[in-house]
Amino acid sequence: MIALADALTPVRNARRDDDVVVTTMAAAKVWMDLGPAHPLDMVFVPSCMGHATSYGLGIALAQPGRRVIVCNGDGSMLMSLGSLVTIASQSPPNLVVIIMDNGVYEVTGAQPLPARPDFAALARATGIASVHCFGDAAEWAGAMERVLAQRGPTVVVLDVEPVPGRPAPKSPGSASERAAALKRALAG
Amino acid sequence: MITGAGVADVLRSMAISHVVTVPDGTIGRWENDIERAGIRLVRVCREGEAWTIAGGLYLGGAAPLVLIQCTGLFESGDALRNTLHEWKLPIYAMIGYRSYLNQDNLPGDTSLVFTEPILAAWRLDVHFIKDSGQLGEIAEHYRACQAASKPGVALIAEGRS
Repeated sequence: MIALADALTPVRNARRDDDVVVTTMAAAKVWMDLGPAHPLDMVFVPSCMGHATSYGLGIALAQPGRRVIVCNGDGSMLMSLGSLVTIASQSPPNLVVIIMDNGVYEVTGAQPLPARPDFAALARATGIASVHCFGDAAEWAGAMERVLAQRGPTVVVLDVEPVPGRPAPKSPGSASERAAALKRALAG
Repeated sequence: MITGAGVADVLRSMAISHVVTVPDGTIGRWENDIERAGIRLVRVCREGEAWTIAGGLYLGGAAPLVLIQCTGLFESGDALRNTLHEWKLPIYAMIGYRSYLNQDNLPGDTSLVFTEPILAAWRLDVHFIKDSGQLGEIAEHYRACQAASKPGVALIAEGRS
């Protein structure tokens, strides 16, 4: 299993300056803890749970020259599983969805998900070809750049260690002001 | 009767780049004309996705429009709330008002009870379109909403084939 910080640190390190990174739920909390915000970060807090993938898809379609990386939770993915089908149908080559698979709703107290499905198999069943799984931090860190360089859409499933009691992410500021700033940064 | 060609003309005049949609028996018939107008259709699995994909498109500089039935409005409340009222993205939607012109298929359709109060509850600026002669009003309403940086809805009466 991979600690969530070890899942996200390689993404921070390898993130290109023109990459968009969307984070939600526990991943948003740890992403903010790991370092300063980037102008092309979308910390999806406050959120409508399950929709980080859809924001990522929309940005990827509008900005085909940029890579968009969505760091999603497994509970969030379950809440909008159909978005994988939509992503497959639109097939943006610049979209990467990383699913932090820890089996629980961590930010609400680590209650178990209704089930722990095989997200990689589900992604493949939608027609997404670039699907990868990692359960070891060193292996993920070593393979990440190669995986993210593949023609997308790409889905990565990481076997992540749950941390019951981890605080929920706090909004880093006015969502509407951050939206305006992100829109300006994306136009630049 | 509102035709796909008429809707496509209006969307083109609005410079809409993407239509994010779940079809129904009325709005679904417009898809071919919309695509022929060079507007990209993004077909989604459930209406909540439509608001947030449109949100991402808008942030990325595109000009999206959500096209769903009122039942999809009912389904997609949390996505609408977050996108329009927390992130304050001025997404415009065309929402089909099921059974408004004809209840033969669904007598007593509760869409007629809940659609307008729910749009009001979501504090949306709504412009009601009851016939094809009003289609041009959608573009005017869209431009007014964009100028005010606020979301808006064209509510499209359905039920007459």
